[in-house]
Parts: sequence; structure tokens; C-alpha cells
Amino acid sequence: MIVEIGHYALILACCLSLIQGTFPLYGATKNHGRLMAIASPAAYGQFFFAAIAFGALMYAFITSDFSVANVARNSHTLKPMLYKISAVWGNHEGSILFWTLILSLYGAMVAFFGRKLPKTLHARVLAIQALVGLGFYLFLLLTSNPFARIYPFPMEGNGLNPLLQDPGLAFHPPLLYMGYVGLSVTFSFAVGALIEGRVDAAWARWVRPWTLLAWCFLTAGITLGSWWAYYELGWGGWWFWDPVENASFMPWLIATALLHSAIVVEKRDTLKSWTILLAIIAFSFSLLGTFIVRSGVLTSVHAFATDPERGVFILMFLFIVIGGSLLLFALRADKLQPGGLFAPISRESMLIVNNLLLTVGAVVVLFGTLYPLLRDALTGDKITVGPPFFNLAFGLLMIPLFLVMGLGPSAHWKRTDLKGLSSRLSFVFIASLMAAGISFYMAGGTEIMAAVWLGLGFWLLLSTLFEWANRIKLFKTGTFKRMVRQPRASLGMSLGHLGMAIVVIGIAGTSFWNSEYQGIMAVGDKASIGGYDLTFKGVDGMIGPNYTAVKATFDVSKEGTQLKPLHPQARVYLTPPMPTTEAAILSSFKGDLFVVIGEANSEKYDTWAVRLYYKPLQSWLWAGVALMVLGGLISLSDRRFRMGNVKRGGKTNVA
Amino acid sequence: MSLNRFIPLMIFCVLSFALYVGLNLNPSDIPSALINDSIPEFDLPVVGGEEASFSSVDLTKEEGIILVNFFASWCVPCYVEQPFLMKLKERGYKIYGISYKDKARDTNKFLSKEGNPYYKVAADEKGRVGIDWGVYGVPETYIIKDGIIRYKHAGPILEMEFEDNFMPIIESIDQ
Amino acid sequence: MRYLLSFLLCMMMSFSAFGIGVDEKPLPEPAAEARAQELMKQLRCLVCQNQSIVDSNADLAKDLRVIVRQRIIAGDTDQQVIEFMTSRYGDWVLLKPPFDGATIILWLSPFLLLLIGFVIIYQNQKRNSENLSPDPLSKDEKARLLVLLDEKENV
Repeated sequence: MIVEIGHYALILACCLSLIQGTFPLYGATKNHGRLMAIASPAAYGQFFFAAIAFGALMYAFITSDFSVANVARNSHTLKPMLYKISAVWGNHEGSILFWTLILSLYGAMVAFFGRKLPKTLHARVLAIQALVGLGFYLFLLLTSNPFARIYPFPMEGNGLNPLLQDPGLAFHPPLLYMGYVGLSVTFSFAVGALIEGRVDAAWARWVRPWTLLAWCFLTAGITLGSWWAYYELGWGGWWFWDPVENASFMPWLIATALLHSAIVVEKRDTLKSWTILLAIIAFSFSLLGTFIVRSGVLTSVHAFATDPERGVFILMFLFIVIGGSLLLFALRADKLQPGGLFAPISRESMLIVNNLLLTVGAVVVLFGTLYPLLRDALTGDKITVGPPFFNLAFGLLMIPLFLVMGLGPSAHWKRTDLKGLSSRLSFVFIASLMAAGISFYMAGGTEIMAAVWLGLGFWLLLSTLFEWANRIKLFKTGTFKRMVRQPRASLGMSLGHLGMAIVVIGIAGTSFWNSEYQGIMAVGDKASIGGYDLTFKGVDGMIGPNYTAVKATFDVSKEGTQLKPLHPQARVYLTPPMPTTEAAILSSFKGDLFVVIGEANSEKYDTWAVRLYYKPLQSWLWAGVALMVLGGLISLSDRRFRMGNVKRGGKTNVA
Repeated sequence: MSLNRFIPLMIFCVLSFALYVGLNLNPSDIPSALINDSIPEFDLPVVGGEEASFSSVDLTKEEGIILVNFFASWCVPCYVEQPFLMKLKERGYKIYGISYKDKARDTNKFLSKEGNPYYKVAADEKGRVGIDWGVYGVPETYIIKDGIIRYKHAGPILEMEFEDNFMPIIESIDQ
Repeated sequence: MRYLLSFLLCMMMSFSAFGIGVDEKPLPEPAAEARAQELMKQLRCLVCQNQSIVDSNADLAKDLRVIVRQRIIAGDTDQQVIEFMTSRYGDWVLLKPPFDGATIILWLSPFLLLLIGFVIIYQNQKRNSENLSPDPLSKDEKARLLVLLDEKENV
């Protein structure tokens, strides 16, 4: 019964999105107040019914109602509760429903927080949001009904892939989807502005918090996925340039570019059509990412082979949404007046370089990801574009980006005196060169790239701190007051850049200075790596809720001090049967010790294959990302960004 | 109106066409690098037979079209495929089997229970011959004529796969 | 996510067990082992997504690691090891696409895109500054300006 209610609610939400997508749009062109006023209640209602539909599906998973085909395929009674819940979005139908739910949530948020927006823009934004939603509702109802029943129904479900049974991965999709879908708001604002033919500083200030919110979720979501790969399957790797990873990384790059170009629109009233285009592209990459992941065009199985209409449907939908908005852009962008001028050396031009490098980065990732497909389609050759290509091509693009990133915040708007800027920062530049040189020397003079990346990391770190110190006039009277009173948006920027600096340093350490040991160990054998001494103490069998495991014990000591023992596991899950490895990780400020246990000698079970890794500065990477997200959130809490405080034409000075 | 503004739209159209084509391709289907090459040489023991051996020469000297099937008792899809292989045997196809990374005892049990469609079965316990053939999972099936590999199929064969993928090649060889 | 997909693939085909093998002894000579590691990083694991055989749990990846080490002991050059793999599995196993006529566009794409980007930015800047710089004053305007300035001085 509850399942049928869910299905019915989904149909209602679909109808509401049709209403929300049409009447207010028409009302806005005729300036008809009542028609425009439909948008908000429709958005609330749509969210309400989408939430009921999602709740009903979750209920079916929690109660293990195997008469629902989707539950039978993806759940199992023995599964811990957390994974019954995460299984709701761990499958095709459920994940699309979840996507749609978040889309309607953002719609309701725009309706609520955007009450003070100009009426026509508000109505148009909500209508666009609803039209995107309509496509997803139709996709669900016509091709991927999550509530379909099966008869006769099985007594037990198929279970969920054990690799996905992990807290990190349970929360990875929700965060990522909040990010992906958050970009839909920016998109709706962009299309709304194109229809209105008006983009100004106020528009940029309305759009920025939504972009920032989506960016924070995307950053956190991508990192959670990467962290999961690191401890669950990477054997120490944390980024594989896998098509699915790239699908989430491309919108992130564009969202980051958008965040910066929106500042230029807000402060200097220029780069308008470019910013609109970025907003469209950012969401297009989200949709494309969903398509890539869901259609299987690039990843292993031919997921749509059994059901080609799904692939065609979602591609048609993409074509209408992205193609339509790009066409609108082509026709209307000229209406946007170019604004203030600036010199070739100025903060604006540095932000343009930032945008160029980030966008080219995203396009290169896209090209590399799709290249095998293009080649296959054109010539039938099967080739691979793997990490070596991406590391090289993308890495090279990041070097100038980080250099400019250190300069940008210290540069003035409109025009900057290059001499003044370089003399102010020359001391920072020399200091980071020295830091790179010293660490290069300390590491034994190998890996020149490590020194380059480390130097870049220090350059970013020091220049960000230097700019912050300048801004609050450190060491002069009233420093503290200035520090507290500085706008949260600028503090957020400093923290965000600082976080990136720490990430870069972490990447340099973990990519270039890592060491590993592989070998066969018998009980009592010793091995040393990264300053740690390990002794293999043997293995025990253990039984988990839905798996059996071999649990090894390693005594760990560092410079004679005994530390807590480590217990890597080799698990075999029961439903479906599948072996996994659970690494044991000892994290510290200086680096991570990573222990994996493998096979036993099959005759006597007295020796075991073991791999040890030492990953210097690995935790810096995670800490840096956390700082970036924190910076984003602080910036988001800036009073001036709250919707109600921004009026068109009204001027607020922002540093 | 400047034409430059249409560039993003044009790029997108090309992209979506490529994706449309991509929907009909299978990225996990890795074609054999050995098509139209002679079969890799090997010499393996026969499963069950202590002394007899099964080598690449046995395959080269065959006159008609033969199938070579890599399988294993630990491979779930092989159980799905086996009844169809029995049917192929009844239809008169000569199938050679190579049991991949399997113990002789398990292979024998598998064959006595699921039926033995093979003319001869070699035991590739280490999986080295499989690697020489470019096998990356089981089951995989090859079409061979005069010691030349004509086609490779990864995954289980059922009636549909056989009609769609095998028959056209077998017919073209016959002509 | 990606593992969900390769899991589905597993249902289509079977791959034998997982793990780090007991027969995976590193080569005694550090230089040879480093070469082996470097080669393994360039070879794609066939049964998983974009991972190299060095990063993969799959059994086949393990076998290939063992083979790479054996080839090196047998005195193969790096090129010969790579050829050993491509002759069996095709160019598909190379994570780094070869630099040749067909992939040149891929390898040059970052530079081409940057170049195009700079050209577009330069053109836009030029057009904007032309559009936005005020037109020179006409004769009438100059006269009016003079009058205005005169009035101001007289006040």
C-alpha cells in the first residue's frame, strides 16, 4: 500500500512540475502576478510529494519488501540497517529518484530564500527548475519506475555489492548529488537571466551563494569518494582518473571557475556572458556525469543493453536541456552589455586566466575521458587513456594556475602595477623556492617534480598568508579588530586558498615520496617502512554480520616506542559472495602507514602475502580539503550573501 | 548576433552524436589482439588422462571449423553456458575445452555433472596458456580454422549470442 | 560506484579469486624491481576500471605482475615486456596512449585549447575596449564643452 502511495505521489509531483514549469513562465512574459505566484506553492508541493515518494521507497527497503523489484534486486534481510538505507540510492532507479528529490528540494529552497527577488526572475528561475525536474519525473515514470512490483516475489533479496557496504560510500552519493544538483539552481538563474536579458551585480550576488553551496557539497562529496577508494580498494591510491571520478571532477572544475567569474560580474560588472555560459556548462557537466555513470557508455558493462530506451531517453533529455540552453545563449547573449574595462595586469585578468585554465582543464579531462569512445566510434580501435595521460596533461595546466592563484588576491581591480606586485611578493616567491629546494635536498635529490609541486604548495600557502596579513594590517594597532571585522567572504577565500595550498603539498608528498614493501611474511617476520618497524604476529578468523574474515595482527613500533597494533583484514562477503581487503591505516601528521594482507600459502597456511605502504603527507590532503569546505561555508555565512539583503540597484561595498 | 556564440552549441551537438553512437558500443568488449593470427603454441596435459597431452598441434591439424572454449568449475556463468554447448555438440560442432585455473578433480566433477561437450579437455592450471591466448575471464570462446583465430567471444554463449555473433563468421569462413 | 559496475561485469564473466599472491616475491635487485614497478604502472588491469595492474586486487593482475617480473629476469627490455602484453591484449592494456598520428590531437589538446582561449580573450578585450571607449567629440560638442567651461569659470 505504502509503495503505491509513493508511486502516486511521484505522479502528482510530476504534474505539479508541469504546472510550475509552464504557468509562471507565461505569467512572467505577460507580467501577470497571479500566474507568477503559482511558482512558489507549486515548488513546495512538488518537494512534498517527491519526499513522500522517496520515503515510500525507503520504507520498502527498510522493511525488506521483496515484492518491489528494485528492493529484491538490491537488498537483503541480513544487511545492516545503514546499508539497507544507503541501498535506496545505490541503484539506478533509486538514485534517479534521489536526484529528483534533491532537485525539488533546491526548487523549494529557491522559492523560500528568493522571496525578495524581482517577481519575474523568481518565477522564471522556478519554472526552469521545474522543467528540468519534469524530465526526470518522466524518465522515472516511463522507463525506470522504482516502485514496480514483481510476482511471484522472492523470499530473499540479491544483496548489495560488499565494496559498497561502507559508511564512507553510504554518504558519498548524497553529498555528491547535493553538489551536482545544486548547480541546477545556478543554471536556472542563468537561463532566467537570458530570458530577461539582464545580468548585473545583483544577479551575480544572488547566484554566488547557490554556486558556493553546490561547490561545498561537490568538494566534500568527491573527497569522500576518494577517501573511500583510498582505504577500501586503492591499495594506497586515492585518484584513478576513472570515468566515474572524472564525471564528478569536471563539474567541480567548472563550478570553481564560475565561483570566480561571478565575483568579477559582481564587483566589476563585466564577463557577463562568459559567466552565464559557465553556469550552463557547469550544470551540463552534472547531467553529462549522470549520463556517463548511469548509461555505461564508458564504464565496464553495457548497463543499458538490456534496456536501450533508457539510454536514448536520457540522451534526448540532455539534448533538449543543454542544447536548448546553449541555443538560447547563442541567441540572447549579445543582449548583455559588456561592462567595466581593465588592464592586462589586474585582478580581473588574473581571474580570467584562472577561468581559462580551469575550463581548459575540464575540457581536457572530458576529451581524455571520451577519447576512447570517439576513437572506437570512428575507427573501431580500442585504446585506453589512463592516469599517465591525465597526470601529465592536467598537471601541466595546474602549474600556471597555482602561480596565478598566489598573485590574484594581492592584485588590484582594474589595474595593477606589476613592479609593485612583484616587489611585494618577491620575498614570498624566494621563500617558497627555498622551501622547495630544502625539501628536495632532504629527500635525497630525487624527483624533480616533487620539488616543483612542493614549491607551488609553499608559494600558495605563503602568498595567501601574506595577503591575509596585509589585509588586516598585521602588527599595527587595531589588528585584532580588523581581523574579527573583516568580511567573512574574504576570510572564506583565504581559508579556501590555504586549503588548496595544503592539498597541493599533500599531493606532492604522497605522490612522489611514497615507499612500499611487498613480501611474503611468516609469523614473527619483521619489516620496516617509513620509520616504522612492524612484526607479523599471525592471523585469526572472525565472523562479521554478513561476512567472514581473516584478521591479521601486526605489532608496530617507531624508534623503539610500541604503538597500537594494526589489524588488516581479508574478508569474504556472503551475499553476493565476494572477497574484499580491508587495509589497516595508521595516520599521522607526517604520513600514513598502510597495511594490506593478501593470500596465504595454500598448502600450509603459514606464510602470507603482505604489502606495506608509507604515504607521506597523505593526511594533509584530507585536511586541506576540509579547510576548503570550511572556507566555503564561512563565506556562505556572510551576511551580505543572504538573499533578503540584496536589492537590485542598491549598492553594498564589498572588499 | 555573432557566430562565435554558436560555438558551444555546435561542440555540444558533435558530443551528443558521439554519445549516441557510444550507446551502441560496448566498452568492456576487448577484441582479441590475435584475430587472423595463428594460435599460440602450448602443450598441456589432458584432464583425467595421466600421460596424454593436448597441444596446439592438435588444433592446427584440424580441417574444419572448431571452437575452443575456456571454462572453469568455479565460474558461475559457465554453468549457464554448458547446456548450450551440449546442444552445439549435438549439432555437430567440434569443441575443444581448456579448463582455466582449475583443479583436475573439480573439472572432472563439473564435466560429469553438467555434461561434457568437449572433444578433448586440456588443463591450464596455472592460467599461463590463457594469458598467451589473451583470456581475461571465463568463459571465452574462440572460432578457429586451419590454426588461425577468426573470432573471440567473451562471456557465456547462448542461442542468441551464437546466432548473432558466431553464425555470420562461421558462414563467411565456409564460403 | 565504479565497483558496482565491475561487479555487474563479474556476473557476466567470472574472474578467479582476489588478493596479493604468495608467488609475488619482489625481485632481489632493487633496480630491476623498480623497473618492474614502473612497467606495471603502465599496464591496465583488464578486469577492472582504469586501474593499473599494480593497484588491482584482481587475480589476472596478479598473474601479469608475476609475468612482468619473470620477463625482466629473462632479460627483456622494457619495450619487449610492453610488446609481450600488447601482442596478447592489444593497445588497450596501455594506460598511456602511444604518441602517434591518431593520438596526436589528444596529446596536443591542452596546448591547442589554451591557444584558442587566449585568442578569444584577446579578441574580446579588443572589441570591448573599442566599444566602450567614448567616441571622439564632434565639432558641436566641442563648442558646447567650451561654452560650459567658460560659464564655469565665470561663476
